[in-house]
Amino acid sequence: MYALSYVKAKSVKEAAEFLASNPEAKLLSGGMTIIPTLKQRLAKPSHLVDIGHLQELRGIEAKGGKLVVGAGAKHFDVATSATVAKAIPALAELAGIIGDPQVRNMGTMGGSIANNDPAADYPAAVLGLNATVVTTKREIAADQYFKGMFATALADGEIIVRIEYPVPKAAAYSKFHHPASGYAMAGVMIADTAGGVRVAVTGAGPGVFRWKEAEAALAKSMKPEALEGLALKSDDFNEDIHATRAYRENLVRVMAKRAVAKLAKSK
Amino acid sequence: MAKVEIKVNGTKHSREVEDRTLLVDLLRDGLGLTGTHIGCDTTQCGCCTVHINGRAVKSCTVLAAQANGADVLTIEGMAKDGKLHPIQQAFSECHGLQCGFCTPGMIMATAGLLKDNPDPTEDEIIHGLEGNLCRCTGYINIIKAVKQSAKVLGSKKK
Repeated sequence: MYALSYVKAKSVKEAAEFLASNPEAKLLSGGMTIIPTLKQRLAKPSHLVDIGHLQELRGIEAKGGKLVVGAGAKHFDVATSATVAKAIPALAELAGIIGDPQVRNMGTMGGSIANNDPAADYPAAVLGLNATVVTTKREIAADQYFKGMFATALADGEIIVRIEYPVPKAAAYSKFHHPASGYAMAGVMIADTAGGVRVAVTGAGPGVFRWKEAEAALAKSMKPEALEGLALKSDDFNEDIHATRAYRENLVRVMAKRAVAKLAKSK
Repeated sequence: MAKVEIKVNGTKHSREVEDRTLLVDLLRDGLGLTGTHIGCDTTQCGCCTVHINGRAVKSCTVLAAQANGADVLTIEGMAKDGKLHPIQQAFSECHGLQCGFCTPGMIMATAGLLKDNPDPTEDEIIHGLEGNLCRCTGYINIIKAVKQSAKVLGSKKK
């Protein structure tokens, strides 16, 4: 790791002010991506501004038809929260299968969303459940937030404070994880929401995306068979030593069917 | 430099470290607690697993400065009064190790798992140890050792 300065922020406000005056500084939340990145000398921030310990970011509450999760909530907190289990059990299940137990004890929802790894799980939840990302500067709808591989709508120095999930009628997540890394080779979140059916796919493409053909088909019939033979744009899917494009495309179809079957059972 | 005041296995320590120092390096090089191993450089192997404030974490992926003020438990803190912890005893009796390199991390991960789930199924044990790799592939006896640990710890509570 290159030399850097560690700064423990006393509040989100202080962290934001520090970032504003130090453009080369980076935020540290759970550190489950940034510390491995720094160890490999793939980044060289001037400072790490730690917000991982801030209690003001840790809250989880259900109010007014929404589940509101603080950006600093750890995956373990989300996976084991009775409030999450009651409001959106699919979100608790998703959080409980991120990475491994040690990662879940440190990693945070805000960190995952800010990083937007194309194979991370939370982007599928945020997009599939039509959540709103609330930052120190504004509110960003999920459909406007994700901008492809590791890219988001966040401006420099903008800090995610919380994520607001409208409670769906039903939702389910199904994931085929890479056996070594735990990341999604394909993960599909299906949600039956007040605004219609939403299908978000992570792991397969260059970033999380909505499978609109599946949304239209499932709006008519929420059954695995409804997905049979649907068009799925896969020309930009990831192709690497782990899986070919065609393999990933098939995984998306299978995970989507499993999620539909799970959703039907949860009703 | 960062000042780190930390409690490790019940003993308070105070050290000045470089800001970039990893917790595992403070434990091993700063405090001489070499039971916590470094097996990879990529947050995958889990050999460096310790508990921070009661939760299992990979100490190679936490800055020492982040752990300032924390209560840390390492493999050296498991045995009490010269007597192995029941999980250590179970790993020994079930031969839950081959070369032994991953064992400290396996034991600390097991302690974390059994805290959350005192009576895990075989499937839950496998998933509960997903953050730890044994490159001798001695998983069968590791799973046996976790089962025995759960049994012994469970009957102690009754």
